[in-house]
Amino acid sequence: MSDPSYLTEQTGVRSWLLTRDHKRIGVMFFFATALALLLGGIFALLMRVELLTPQKTIVEAGTYNRLFTLHGVVMVWLFMIPSIPATFGNFFLPMMVGARDVAFPRLNLASFYIYVVGAIVTLIGMFVGGTDTGWTFYVPYSTSGAFGIVPVLIGVFILGWSTILTGINFITTVHILRAKGLRWMKLPLFVWTMYATSIIQVLATPVLAITLGLIGIDSYLGWGIFDPSRGGDPVLFQHLFWFYSHPAVYIMILPAMGVVSEVVCSFARKPPLSYKAIVYSTLGIAIVGFFTWGHHMFTAGMSTFDAGAFGALSMFVAIFSAIKVFTWTGTLYKGSIQFATPFVYILAFLFLFMFGGMTGVAVATTSLDMHWHDTYFVVAHFHFIMVGGTLTAYLAAIHYWFPKVTGRMYPERAGLTAAALVFVGFVVTFVPQFLLGNMGMPRRYYDYPAEFQPLHMASTGGAFLLATGLTLVPIYCAWAVFRGTRVDANPWGSAGFEWRTTSPPPKENFGELPDFERSPYDYGGPEIDHVEEAGEAVHG
Amino acid sequence: MTDFLRAVLFLPDPASSSARGIDLLHFFVLGVSAVGSLLVFVLAIWFTVRYRRRSSSEVGTPVSSPRGFEVGTAFGMFALFVLWWGVGFKQYIEMHQSPKQALDIHVVAKQWMWKFEQADGDVTLGVLVVPADRDVRLLLTSRDVVHSFYVPALRLKQDAVPAMTTSIAFHIESPGTFRLLCAEYCGLSHSRMRGRVVALSPEDWDAWKAGRTPEPVAAAKSELEVAGPLRQKADETIADRGRAAAVSHGCMSCHTATGEKHIGPSWAGLYRRQVTLEDGRHVTADENYLTRSMMDPSAQLVRGYQDVMPTYQGQIPQAEAAAIVAYIQSLRDVRRRPEQILESSASDAGPPSPPPSSGTQQGAE
Repeated sequence: MSDPSYLTEQTGVRSWLLTRDHKRIGVMFFFATALALLLGGIFALLMRVELLTPQKTIVEAGTYNRLFTLHGVVMVWLFMIPSIPATFGNFFLPMMVGARDVAFPRLNLASFYIYVVGAIVTLIGMFVGGTDTGWTFYVPYSTSGAFGIVPVLIGVFILGWSTILTGINFITTVHILRAKGLRWMKLPLFVWTMYATSIIQVLATPVLAITLGLIGIDSYLGWGIFDPSRGGDPVLFQHLFWFYSHPAVYIMILPAMGVVSEVVCSFARKPPLSYKAIVYSTLGIAIVGFFTWGHHMFTAGMSTFDAGAFGALSMFVAIFSAIKVFTWTGTLYKGSIQFATPFVYILAFLFLFMFGGMTGVAVATTSLDMHWHDTYFVVAHFHFIMVGGTLTAYLAAIHYWFPKVTGRMYPERAGLTAAALVFVGFVVTFVPQFLLGNMGMPRRYYDYPAEFQPLHMASTGGAFLLATGLTLVPIYCAWAVFRGTRVDANPWGSAGFEWRTTSPPPKENFGELPDFERSPYDYGGPEIDHVEEAGEAVHG
Repeated sequence: MTDFLRAVLFLPDPASSSARGIDLLHFFVLGVSAVGSLLVFVLAIWFTVRYRRRSSSEVGTPVSSPRGFEVGTAFGMFALFVLWWGVGFKQYIEMHQSPKQALDIHVVAKQWMWKFEQADGDVTLGVLVVPADRDVRLLLTSRDVVHSFYVPALRLKQDAVPAMTTSIAFHIESPGTFRLLCAEYCGLSHSRMRGRVVALSPEDWDAWKAGRTPEPVAAAKSELEVAGPLRQKADETIADRGRAAAVSHGCMSCHTATGEKHIGPSWAGLYRRQVTLEDGRHVTADENYLTRSMMDPSAQLVRGYQDVMPTYQGQIPQAEAAAIVAYIQSLRDVRRRPEQILESSASDAGPPSPPPSSGTQQGAE
């Protein structure tokens, strides 16, 4: 290593805190969001312990209600939404388009500090105010409480700005900073998902801001927009909230899909079964995802017609996801597959995301939702997507890019052990929750009928298994940062652009720009797109 | 077979034929989901073993997707999902239709209690007592925050929303006691907001209506650990209270109960009639319409009337609003003058149903 890397080029706390290097900002975001994951995980474990017995186990009802609110808010806004985009997106998106940095490096740093401020305000607001509304903040409960909800909403509002700034930065970077010769339909698939995610962030987040603002107005100025005792409509709040929060689900899952596309191609050493199918389904999800919010409200008194329309629209999103799953699986066919930790997470993802997605279609089926809505079935469904999907892909990303970010390799045996624990722990935690939902166990219940106890105990056991697996990861990764074996530029033998520079990369990402006309999925042999183009040329 | 699947999936025994139908769809949907996911998983693992890397320099063989792969996938999944959607939506519509001759029960939810009131003034707390093998329709509202009426054995759930009247119908086949839960988070004691639905045999139902407490009702009450009396026989019926509330809020200075046109439309024979709105649309004057017309009168103004009614949002407590609706229901069979019928383009299908208990006499005075 002749040139200094982005890690050694400058040292000292100040060089990190004031950096405009997208890679360092990505690393700082990684530590901040990982801290949020740890916090949210602790809340989850406390809840699982409380649910071991039907009545009080360790905390009172009021504390339990605060715990599930904290768990939801921290996991959704402090971890899931920024996790992959702000860390891996920040680090790799510019490298994958051949840029030296993002389009607006200073905005990028601002986005990090806005996130930190928003996170602190949200947490203080929740601890001081004792917020117990659940992460959905449904009115009129949220506006009628003795505790002010407004500080929390201000925190979430600030976090929204961080999201929007990151989104604008990514969109602009992809548009104007692509390397010479890098056409849109040659972009790495991770870039496409980041691009689609950013569009949703920029379009949907303002609606959240408006909704939270209206609650603030209701609380302080007494306009009564959502308050039925003053002429308002509580169901309107649900519409506005889900108009943001349903697309937000795709903000959380699309980046994970990008990671899966990259890892599958790298570990099978071949181009995706169909590049276009993955790109178009990514865009399809981003667009159709805006029109399905009503499926959260089938029991809320919406008209029968509306319920049918939202039910039908929800089916379309699932088709795009299904195309992706089949394309990834098909990509493995005739590959040269390396069995290593990142790939183990991908195998887990394919199963968990597929089942999570299919149960999503199940709950969007209007008559079935009459039984499942607001029960543990729904809880299990979205944890299959958020944990089985996004968190699993996040772990795949950590292991896949670890050598690139640190220049060292994590210990493979420890990695496989943790992956196995995470997979088994996850299944044992959440499969019983599907069954609890079938039995009729509503969510957000502190106290439950005794017949639900055995399944709750199984779920708590699984949660500790899952937590053990997750705890191993930072331990061996911290060890590997200092003691792991050093790696060269491309330990996985990937064709991806980010692997065509040193590990860790220099501050400017590349010494001399590599050839960006060669596809990031070109492993030699007859390339798919190339063959197609030749065919078109003949016809032309 | 279905009993076996229910046991595997931990589904409670269904208490109605619609719950049974939903279960069949449930088995199909979950079966396809589980088998499909496992197939993908097994296929991915098989590829991983079959195409494992044998040397460090080996690369995969590019394969382009077979012709029609994406289109085939899309249409295949679409056909499957449309089937689920179609069957599910048909069931959903059936659950939301108001059966004729149903027994109407007003449900008022509040933190953290369920109150059930029947047209004859029978009020129960926590325990919903219904006759078995008869259509029952619930008219739900809430006095504070959003709650949700959930009976797992009926596979049925309906939110109770303040300032709205929502409705749901069910038909319990045979006598039994079923768990009732609040499914929408409503604060500190949300998980304690539980109750029972007791379906009584004809003999027990007659005994209940005669003022006695049949054994299943007493058992349900003792299971609940809810303090206070089970049953309050209201001194007056809900319709009586509605009439009193209408008088005290000044409704009767613009609306008549006898069919005469005044500043506002008469309430006589109004319930479930098709009315023509100012903008030319037609709506059925059901519970939800009547509630909305109190809270937001300008939204659906009846043709031929001035937009002069103020909103009563926040003026009339929820329980009184529900009572006024019940009073208007009780006036359903008051005869209108011919010109009144013409004007409101009557289109009540089918023969008139029998008067709900003591309704007519009060309306005609």
